[in-house]
Amino acid sequence: MKWMWNPKFEAMDREELEQIQLERLQATLHHAYRHVPFYRELFDRVGLGPGDILSLQDLREVPFTTKEDLLQGFPYSFFAVPLTKVARIHTSSGTTGKPVVVGYTKRDLQYWAHLNARILMAGGLGERDVLQISFNYGLFTGGFGFHAGAELLGATVIPASAMSITRQINIMMNFKATALVSLPSHALRIGHRLQEMGIDPRGLSLKVGFFGAEPWSEATRKQIEDHLLIKALDNYGLAEVGGPGVSYECEYRQGLHISEDHFYPEIIDPATGEVLDPGQEGELVLTTLTKEAFPVLRFRTGDLTSLNNEPCECGRTLVRMARVKGRVDDMLIIRGINLFPSQIEDVLLSFQVGPNYLIRLYREEGLDQVEVQVESILTGREEKDALAKRIERDLADKLGLEMKVVLVAPGSIEASSGKQQVVVDEREI
Amino acid sequence: MLRVRGLKVFYGRIQAVKGISFHVHRGETVAFIGPNGAGKSSVLMALSGVTRKEGEITLEGRDISRLSPYALVKEGIVQVPEGRQVFSSLTVEENLLLGGFSKRGDKKWMRETMEWVYHLFPLLAERRKQLAGSLSGGEQQMLALGRALMGDPRLLLLDEPSLGLAPVIVEEIYKTLKELRKERSMSIILVEQNAPLALEFAHRAYVMESGAIVLSGETEMLLSDDTVLDVYLGRAREDFFD
Repeated sequence: MKWMWNPKFEAMDREELEQIQLERLQATLHHAYRHVPFYRELFDRVGLGPGDILSLQDLREVPFTTKEDLLQGFPYSFFAVPLTKVARIHTSSGTTGKPVVVGYTKRDLQYWAHLNARILMAGGLGERDVLQISFNYGLFTGGFGFHAGAELLGATVIPASAMSITRQINIMMNFKATALVSLPSHALRIGHRLQEMGIDPRGLSLKVGFFGAEPWSEATRKQIEDHLLIKALDNYGLAEVGGPGVSYECEYRQGLHISEDHFYPEIIDPATGEVLDPGQEGELVLTTLTKEAFPVLRFRTGDLTSLNNEPCECGRTLVRMARVKGRVDDMLIIRGINLFPSQIEDVLLSFQVGPNYLIRLYREEGLDQVEVQVESILTGREEKDALAKRIERDLADKLGLEMKVVLVAPGSIEASSGKQQVVVDEREI
Repeated sequence: MLRVRGLKVFYGRIQAVKGISFHVHRGETVAFIGPNGAGKSSVLMALSGVTRKEGEITLEGRDISRLSPYALVKEGIVQVPEGRQVFSSLTVEENLLLGGFSKRGDKKWMRETMEWVYHLFPLLAERRKQLAGSLSGGEQQMLALGRALMGDPRLLLLDEPSLGLAPVIVEEIYKTLKELRKERSMSIILVEQNAPLALEFAHRAYVMESGAIVLSGETEMLLSDDTVLDVYLGRAREDFFD
């Protein structure tokens, strides 16, 4: 109980928890049905009413919601309360065109703060800590989500937000930050830079780091811990269900505890949609249980994981999900930004290049880099450079990510057996 | 203590409650709020066993969904009906004795409990020999409550205790409810149209709308959240600021 923010719920008797889940689920279904046309049509289409869901298992009767569904509702069609009741707006980190727009009522924001406080407290954070939040503060959910949780917890918050690695390091040293919230790749870069600058990490006050928003491996964890001399903890969330706060590691780091009093998790076979048993790997599907402004029913996250409902040594009874192993689709997560190869392809198509292209992902000093190789009939060096620059500008404009464009001779990218491989991921994650 | 899953209540072909789930802990007061016709009173009637219903109802883990109204009273589930419904041609004391029918073998218990009721409602003590029909509306409400207490409730079901009463009397009744809650540990389910009053008195609340629970939570949280009062309760919010 020592490091639990909401022991009443985090260590709740399973039977009681399932009762609360059912009650909250039913309320969410009615709320969504009555106030979101999409869900009303979804239910009507399969001849189901929200009152037909009498148990948690019955939820399987409800069709899935996909990211595409949510995007079609741009900007406010999925809001279940009038805009006058929406206190805050964030968006998914989608890069191009329309992101998923997510609203929060005041109560949603209160719950969200508690969910983030759970993550931080599970890592031993308390009033004496100075927490440096290096997530971007803006439409991205990460910065404000952790900020509210840390304030609720009573820690001292440094809203460092997005700034250069050097400035992050200066702040970390001068303000004696004891904890860090950031992308894992960001922490790795900080670690590498410290080494370059010849700074002994033992001189830092840093003890613990909370990392998420992009997949990272145990190897990365070890590197971060070795470079910064901290304990590195994983957490998971996504804007579509409110941002960080879905699940988090406790001190034992044997999977991420899902805050099941707020989210109902299912693992499905991504091909058939069939619900899988604990231990089986599949796609994580989430249903929000307390959201007022943006309830989401059976949302297909696209993330591959499995559930473990064995009791955890920490005393939490909340089910644990394995660290995310990858994606169901071809979505790439680059520096915390979600990107599909087709979005890059769309930009390329507006230039006289191609048809074949290759996206190469690699790490440079811990930072994700993207190189786009694309075929071009141009031969002149200057012409090629100019075109590459124009494409680079357009990609940055439209996708919000700096990428390197390399023009190659036609035929040099092999369109092998049918569907060519367009992504080469050399990042070790 | 009480756990309900998928409760449906029917009146003929009309479904008044659409498969709701809720729970009440020992010693906890839970309010059902929402507009007229939302199905709140039907929930209480289902728990008292006086209406056709479906669903799972357990008390301390035991299935009580098929018990008769009489057996439910013996289990300690006692309802104070809406509109009081006291026996007007009987005296106050006779009304109270009737409330203790499930305990009639225990004279000592009856006597002590009646004294406790008179202590909670000194007005009833003064009028113990009067016919219940001669009491004012507020006094009748007190009598109905006192009569329910004579049934030794583990779970007290209160249906609109404020209905049709002057604000000063309502205040009096809620004051007494708080007192009795303090003196004897019992769970209470309160149905109220006066949402602010209910939220102030209860620990948790379920918001009902056309037969379904559309929101639930700690009353503290619900009170601080004007979405509830606005979106679900409509005009009740204006009353709140009166």
